[in-house]
Amino acid sequence: MTAAGRWTVTLLPAGLALGLLLLVLAPLATVAVRGSGMGLGPADWAAIRFTVLQAVLSALLSTVLAVPVARALARRRFPGRGLMITLMGAPFLLPAVVAALGLLAVFGGAGMLNMGLQSVGLPPVSIYGLHGVLLAHVFLNLPLATRMILQGWLSIPAERIRLAQSLGFGPAQTFRHLEVPMLREVLPGVALVILVICLTSFAVVLILGGGPRATTIELAIYQAVRFDFDLARAAGLAGVQVLICALATGLAFLVAAPAGFGTGLDRQAALEAPRGWRRGLDAAVLVLATLFLVASLVAVALRGLPGLTDLPSAVLPAAGRSIAVALVSALVTTATALTLALSAARRPAPLVEAAATLPLATSGLVLGTGLFLIVRPFVSPMQVALPVTVLVNVALTVPFLYRILLPEARALAADYGRLADSLGLHGWPRLRWLILPRLARPLGFGAGIAAALSMGDLGVITLFAGERQATLPLVVQQLTGAYRIEAAASASLILVVLSFALFWAFDAGGRRAAP
Amino acid sequence: MNGFLHPRPFRRNMEKPMKTELLAAGLVTIAFPALAERPVLTVLTYDSFTSEWGPGPAIEQAFEAECACDLRLVPAGDGAALLARVQLEGAASDADVVLGLDTSLTAAAAATGLFAPHGLTPATDLPVPFADPLFLPYDWGWFAFVHDRAKLPAPPDSFDALAASDLKIVIQDPRSSTPGLGLLMWVKAAHGDRAQEIWQAMADNIVTVTPGWSEAYGLFLEGEADMVLSYTTSPAYHLIAEGDDTKAAALFDEGHYMQIEVAGKLAATDQPDLADRFLAFMLTEGFQAAIPQTNWMYPAVTPAGGLPEGFDRFRPAKSLLLPADEAQSTRDAALAEWLAALAK
Repeated sequence: MTAAGRWTVTLLPAGLALGLLLLVLAPLATVAVRGSGMGLGPADWAAIRFTVLQAVLSALLSTVLAVPVARALARRRFPGRGLMITLMGAPFLLPAVVAALGLLAVFGGAGMLNMGLQSVGLPPVSIYGLHGVLLAHVFLNLPLATRMILQGWLSIPAERIRLAQSLGFGPAQTFRHLEVPMLREVLPGVALVILVICLTSFAVVLILGGGPRATTIELAIYQAVRFDFDLARAAGLAGVQVLICALATGLAFLVAAPAGFGTGLDRQAALEAPRGWRRGLDAAVLVLATLFLVASLVAVALRGLPGLTDLPSAVLPAAGRSIAVALVSALVTTATALTLALSAARRPAPLVEAAATLPLATSGLVLGTGLFLIVRPFVSPMQVALPVTVLVNVALTVPFLYRILLPEARALAADYGRLADSLGLHGWPRLRWLILPRLARPLGFGAGIAAALSMGDLGVITLFAGERQATLPLVVQQLTGAYRIEAAASASLILVVLSFALFWAFDAGGRRAAP
Repeated sequence: MNGFLHPRPFRRNMEKPMKTELLAAGLVTIAFPALAERPVLTVLTYDSFTSEWGPGPAIEQAFEAECACDLRLVPAGDGAALLARVQLEGAASDADVVLGLDTSLTAAAAATGLFAPHGLTPATDLPVPFADPLFLPYDWGWFAFVHDRAKLPAPPDSFDALAASDLKIVIQDPRSSTPGLGLLMWVKAAHGDRAQEIWQAMADNIVTVTPGWSEAYGLFLEGEADMVLSYTTSPAYHLIAEGDDTKAAALFDEGHYMQIEVAGKLAATDQPDLADRFLAFMLTEGFQAAIPQTNWMYPAVTPAGGLPEGFDRFRPAKSLLLPADEAQSTRDAALAEWLAALAK
């Protein structure tokens, strides 16, 4: 191997992984060093227990419910299927508070569900409590899980499906010999990502949790930093978050097993769509999932429409800034995640695995506070507000892309790695003729997710932004803080539409470029 | 903070002929003659103060017209984040003045030792006597439960009546929001040892507890609750900005807890005189007149033109306020009571 080859194959991924870990752990360490105070109290332990409970339940529910939806999408062909797959990105991209308000319009005390119940004389149901938190987390994460699992279904080679058909496999045998191995490879990663996202979920849990019973680690961190200025406790709590995430990553690593389907010739072959009651079942699953996801999205749109004509002038420049941040973040994230995934696909790489998961579990507040402390001696935080925002967005979105790319990168390495090596296909030609085309679909989907997430993320901008650097999410927050609920709803709608447009552009581009 | 004419950017090209440097410096001076001389006063404040719909723009214009200086209002998150930011920056802060702390935080702020006495004894129109050597008030309000008159014509007139009713309320979390902390102090100041009992009785009225004011107020406007913890001046916003007369604040017999927002000068400021001038300006017409219809609070000094319509509609007979040190010392116990009553 040439020196340049070694550089791209081993040194670059290791460097990127170390950089990511440093980006996450250095702020944590800085906050810990600055702090002096007591350790964790009984209230903190209660918060830790509740956080883990809701995150585990949210991850299990989202993943389990996503399987039938993804399966129905994989084996049925119907008008609007493509649109539905694209729409699957939408809830995940909603800012938490917007999603909560959308859900309340459907499931809240004055929502559609309770109005319906009332009109037929039934008692109202309350959304507030653990079940409300789970409902919200399933709403936000079921679509992501569905998309990730659907990728798995699409990655079963046509040859295996043909073989199954010629052997006369029924649905049960197809499930056992084709679908279970695929799920075994894909599901642990999906559940892990959702679990870790829900570990740091904060606003949704508090709004729908119904009171201090639903106290999460992130809220305890807020209290520690903002009211007690107890940085040691904040760092301790953030450390616990990282620890839980590391444990979950290890567990998922142990549970997941490669499916080992081998390569195919890219011929199109869908799984045979069984007739009879299974057809009705798939239809029911799709209709229910669509209703569940779309009702709240429509509510978000309806809330935002009236104020669109009378928007404050700060909204447009903020939107421009957000788009720029999102595009740069998406580019850097995609490059980083691709490098890491290709490296991990060649051989097990615990360092890469950790670097690609830990950022998700980091408390946004601790990350922001730590970076603030690190940056301040050298430069005014205001001057680096947007670069730091990009950096943090990259750290926080690499894990998603990594999970999306990894299964396909593994399949690519197993199926084409030796052939490409024997042909001497290295470096740029390998990327251009093998990797980019073969991974176009997950790359497009992932870049779309990265762009949209960076668009909607409040991240560290609240600590860093100066007078004229507000991003769109920050403007939304400022508007809601000044009674401007209607303008805030409209700005949120613009945010959601822009995020979704970015997501759609990347996702559709990727699907079009795929072989 | 004379960032614009800082010599550092030019020093990098030392090898280049001196002429270019002189020319560049000359051009900058010609282009920005005013900036070259004007000192900069940096005021650290909360986000909504600096936004285009907040008091910031009007106040910046008014002060710059008389100070021959550049007033920079730097946002640092919300009210509670402000003190954390001051502590993070410590004595090395670029800020000269901190504006936007409230009375439940001033004891903690004083304890940091980062603030300097203001040396002023201004006359204010606060309903309670307020004197603090480090902090000057610029606006204030009463916490209150806001409701819709059309849906709730006869609101409760005390915490006991509220607890006995089956009304649904939304409140803010005292661990992440200053109004939430204000409610904690309100119950404590009004009922002392009965506070935990009141919270237990109110537990079934509380629909949910939100991280901040905006989420709670949003839920109330969406119809998720009958009442929301806000301010007595909230109905005035709907009346003036939206022509909506239906919102009202329920007046409680035990009195209403106050929030007083204050500003203070940082001891490490490099512009002490300008900071003093700003604090004095803060209580004059140019600042105070902007407050009611941008911050939706009572100005500390009533402007010459009086208060806007709706500001005298809901005036409690009795004002409650714990002294800053007492608010600080009772906080942990009050929080524990609150958690015990609601975490079941």
